[in-house]
Amino acid sequence: MKPPPFAYHAPGSIDEACNLLSTLEDAKVLAGGQSLIPLLNFRLARPQHLIDINRIAGVDRIYERDGGVAVQALVRQAAVEDSDVVARVCPLLTDAIRLVAHRVIRNRGTVCGSIAHADPASELPAVLLALGGSVVAKSTRGERVIGAGALFAGVFETTLAPDEVLVEAWFPSSSKPYSVIEESRRHGDFALAGVVRASDRLALFGVAPTPVLADPRDPARGLEPSRDLEASPDFRLHLIRVLTEQAFAA
Amino acid sequence: MKVNGVQRAAPDDTRLLLSDHLRQELGLTGTHVGCEHGVCGCCTVLLDGAPVRSCLMLAVQAEGHDVTTIEGLARDGSALHPVQQAFHECHALQCGFCTPGFVMSVVGLLAQHPHPTEQEVDEGIAGNLCRCTGYASIRRAVTRAAELNSSPHVGKSGPKGRDGA
Amino acid sequence: MTTRWFGAPVQRFEDDRLLRGHGRFTDDFDEGALECCFVRSPYAHARIRSIDATAARAMPGVIAVYTAVDLPFGGVDLPLLIPHPNLTHGRTQRCLASERVRYAGEAVAFVVAETRYLAEDAAELVEVDYEPLPVVITPEASSRAEHLVHDDVPGNVAAEMLQEVGEVGKALREAPHRKRLKFRYERAAASPMEGRAVWARWSAGDRKLMVYDSTQSPTSIRGGLAVLFGLPESNVEVIAPDVGGGFGPKIMLFYPDELLVPYASMQLGRPVKWTEDRQEHFTAVNQERGQVHEVEVGFDAEGRVLALSDDFIHDGGAYTPYGIILPIISAAQVPGPYRIPNYRVRFRDMYTNATPTSPYRGAGRPHACFVMERTLDAIAADLHLDRIELRRRNLIQAGEFPYDVGVAWQDGNTVVYDSGDYPTLLDKAIANLGPKPAGDNVGMGIGIYVEGTGVGPYEGAHVQVLVSGKVVAATGIPSQGQAHATVWAQVVADELGVDVGDVEVTSGDTRRFPWGVGTFASRGAVTAGNAMHVAARMVADKAKHIAADHLEAAVEDLELAGGLVRVKGSPDRGIPLGAVAVLSNPVRYAFGGGTEAATQFAARPREGPPLRDGEQPGLEATGYYSPPGSTWASGCHAAYVRVDPKTFRLEILKYVVVHDCGRVINPLVLQGQIEGGVAQGIGGAFYERLAYDGDGQLRNASFMEFLMPYATEIPPIEIDHIETPSPLNPLGVKGAGEAGVIPVGAVLASAIEDATGIEITEMPLSPLRLFELYRLMER
Repeated sequence: MKPPPFAYHAPGSIDEACNLLSTLEDAKVLAGGQSLIPLLNFRLARPQHLIDINRIAGVDRIYERDGGVAVQALVRQAAVEDSDVVARVCPLLTDAIRLVAHRVIRNRGTVCGSIAHADPASELPAVLLALGGSVVAKSTRGERVIGAGALFAGVFETTLAPDEVLVEAWFPSSSKPYSVIEESRRHGDFALAGVVRASDRLALFGVAPTPVLADPRDPARGLEPSRDLEASPDFRLHLIRVLTEQAFAA
Repeated sequence: MKVNGVQRAAPDDTRLLLSDHLRQELGLTGTHVGCEHGVCGCCTVLLDGAPVRSCLMLAVQAEGHDVTTIEGLARDGSALHPVQQAFHECHALQCGFCTPGFVMSVVGLLAQHPHPTEQEVDEGIAGNLCRCTGYASIRRAVTRAAELNSSPHVGKSGPKGRDGA
Repeated sequence: MTTRWFGAPVQRFEDDRLLRGHGRFTDDFDEGALECCFVRSPYAHARIRSIDATAARAMPGVIAVYTAVDLPFGGVDLPLLIPHPNLTHGRTQRCLASERVRYAGEAVAFVVAETRYLAEDAAELVEVDYEPLPVVITPEASSRAEHLVHDDVPGNVAAEMLQEVGEVGKALREAPHRKRLKFRYERAAASPMEGRAVWARWSAGDRKLMVYDSTQSPTSIRGGLAVLFGLPESNVEVIAPDVGGGFGPKIMLFYPDELLVPYASMQLGRPVKWTEDRQEHFTAVNQERGQVHEVEVGFDAEGRVLALSDDFIHDGGAYTPYGIILPIISAAQVPGPYRIPNYRVRFRDMYTNATPTSPYRGAGRPHACFVMERTLDAIAADLHLDRIELRRRNLIQAGEFPYDVGVAWQDGNTVVYDSGDYPTLLDKAIANLGPKPAGDNVGMGIGIYVEGTGVGPYEGAHVQVLVSGKVVAATGIPSQGQAHATVWAQVVADELGVDVGDVEVTSGDTRRFPWGVGTFASRGAVTAGNAMHVAARMVADKAKHIAADHLEAAVEDLELAGGLVRVKGSPDRGIPLGAVAVLSNPVRYAFGGGTEAATQFAARPREGPPLRDGEQPGLEATGYYSPPGSTWASGCHAAYVRVDPKTFRLEILKYVVVHDCGRVINPLVLQGQIEGGVAQGIGGAFYERLAYDGDGQLRNASFMEFLMPYATEIPPIEIDHIETPSPLNPLGVKGAGEAGVIPVGAVLASAIEDATGIEITEMPLSPLRLFELYRLMER
């Protein structure tokens, strides 16, 4: 379980990272590495180039803007968990972060990396979607904002172009009532199914190739969840109904 | 990078995992490798004082940072670090393979929560797997370590460790 | 004997170095060792058309690539460890497969390179042309012989065995009530935190082979390597250094690497090391637990079991290197603590296209306990009887020992329980469990078990008092965390009257003690513990004889205490043990440590030659203990659980254990063994499973999907003890290593059934499975 060979690049700026991404074939951005490095160790991912953005200065800020909170590319999940700004502006995000793996993983894992990784059972993409947040993507071609609704394209797939770096995620403030509830096998595991409530909006995770918005009165409608070792499609639909009921009971 | 307070050269091979670098190049074999996909926690070390998985980092990424391994927690010949001492007193280890990772995680946990609640203890050590103890004695050790940390009679090694953390 | 250290909660001597990161596990040894990687079969069953290692061999950094044709022993089947007359079709694999692979993960080629990174790169370049063949994965499919795992094994049956005590047919016919039940237990994995690893160095000059092996049996490894390589055993040293958990699979030998690593070192003239990674551990290391039982039970209106017939198939895996020990244990342990006047058991050990099986903590017992306890719950439900009362009516009573069950045991004897008090176990467990917590969806579960522990053939120990007065002791069986260095020190310290901290124990190192068998079957305390006791007592006797001359006292008047041999009642008339050690070895040349007292011109307390006939120098002795039969530990677990009616999440509200392993050497260590065992049982019952698909692929070969519990999943365990000393050994001890795990599946099944009304006849469970079963029940 050792990573396959790759060429390692450590750009000193986002612009440099964008340059590398635009010129190198088969390159992958390495941020927190908590998802990518396991894939490398299993040799399930074999990029020719790794672009390590961890040495880039000035992209690790959490700050308020536009009635929400912006989280830059190198902000670790633990920093968001501990952030007073996040707790004040978007406490839903604080709650959700605590469900992401374990503290030791959150010490290294990044919020932007988790969103770019787009695991369908992951909490943060669903939070972004429920809140109607957005991300900022940058490339040599310029900068663009992608709304959460247009970001997630499939299992581990986003609409980010191969030469783009996700430099910031923006979460609108969460006003009451809000909640994130998931059913997982063990503490810190990916969810079998999960729901995020932001006021009257509902986003689901773990039940479709991407996080999806749903009608709280009939949350399972139209869903065709996948089967894995711990959940059948039926069980997932059942859980979605149960969790939605819990989220909207308050 | 600084490892246990000592400046060390960066590895030549950029694909070397930090865990392998510590064990093979630096001979710090107290950091154990149990799964190499970040689940078991045996390889946990402190990076700038916070616990991280050394199997989920390239060694080259530790350049410019302080790494503390289990060997750096209490100097040879000196008293055990309070967390280590608590593990001993509470029989919180059997085979000892997961132990360094647990100790490093608990050092991080107590830095974050000096007097953790039961739930904070459970969540703080969830993330490290132990197949021997069933965790009961490890829970007791965390509580005991918090006591030792706040006791004036114990050497002030502090929750952040003695070297480099 | 004095009981100063025996029974005391002595804190462990192992801890300091392990806590400082100074433990020495096999992968920690380096010395410039080459590193290795296997090429393993991706198919569960395939014919190998060709293997081409040309490209791999040509890769820079690669030192060697071995396939079967490159090995002098490549055409030899690996040993069948435990032959048995009923194992009519035993089959073992070869070190590297060259014609046929029979499980996914079977080794095909072995790459040696400068680093593991390069070895893995090269392994990808080894081209193996496979022709996939149809597979049988479950024991049920195997028993239907849909396909054959071995062409020359008809019906896939490796072994069949039938035993009967009493007249089961007649008793069933005459029983007022009869019931048929079927139970299924899936495969499981031990998953120690340290995988397997082997390090070897061949010294060509003195023809010596030195091996570090993360094994539970270094002495057997040494014997086998000596035979294979034609070396005297004295030229082979095998050391199990710190071992990061064993739980059974590391008693299996020989895994291919245990031969290939030493062989490669002999060929290449450099130290060679192979360290298993987690992914390969899931398929390359033996597993256990797969069984399907069909039970017929006859009982009377009071719930007394009159006859029990159990016909089961055992999932043996692709080969049977460990013989049929597992189904023999299951067959022997189904009756458990209950009086079953008529008992018939038949098993068939089935080949399947999956990793071979050998004992995993509990070894045949968790499934046996599950069968019996589930059967009793079913009887209670039929008769509307209280489950506890039903058990009381069937338990063997305290006055019935020794109790002969009459079936075959794994040591070649029949099962005879030596001592116990099962009704007290049950009463204490119920008392400790207390009243049922308030709330809906709460259920109570209970399980009682016996465990045959301390099987032979024997273990030995060497104990020596140094001239410093310190004591060293050694035994052949290694520790995987059971605190040998602490508990053996307690046993020895008591016999020698020294401080426990003055006894330094080495275990699992053939350089220090070359004889013995291994750490398995909850046998360490019984076999090695009593061997330590025997050896230490021999040393004590020798010390008294030497001191008697010196103190001019009769041997019978002497005692060992406070580090002295002294006259009873006159504590000031004594001689330090270290001085006795000096006197035990008459020397010409004093070498320090007070040895001038034993030179030829020093005062001599007695006439005659310095060593009389039959005397040996040194205050040391080697002692052995060989048990006449197993010691039978027992216990009762009980629990309250809550099952969420919507999510089927399991919450264990209370879990109590009452345990009896005879006399307790160290309560701290024992508590740790039981707590850990229960946690492993909970993992196996509700979180972990080995998910093989129809093609024989293990779908969850990672810790992300094989769900070992974290602290958040394991509740506090409340432990209580009773002590019924074993009459079979001097220390009165029984084994404890496996106890915690045995009844957990039965207890949780009972509690979940009670909480939900869902009939539980299988293990493991999960929220998904409960959801499915609930749906079926509602229909």
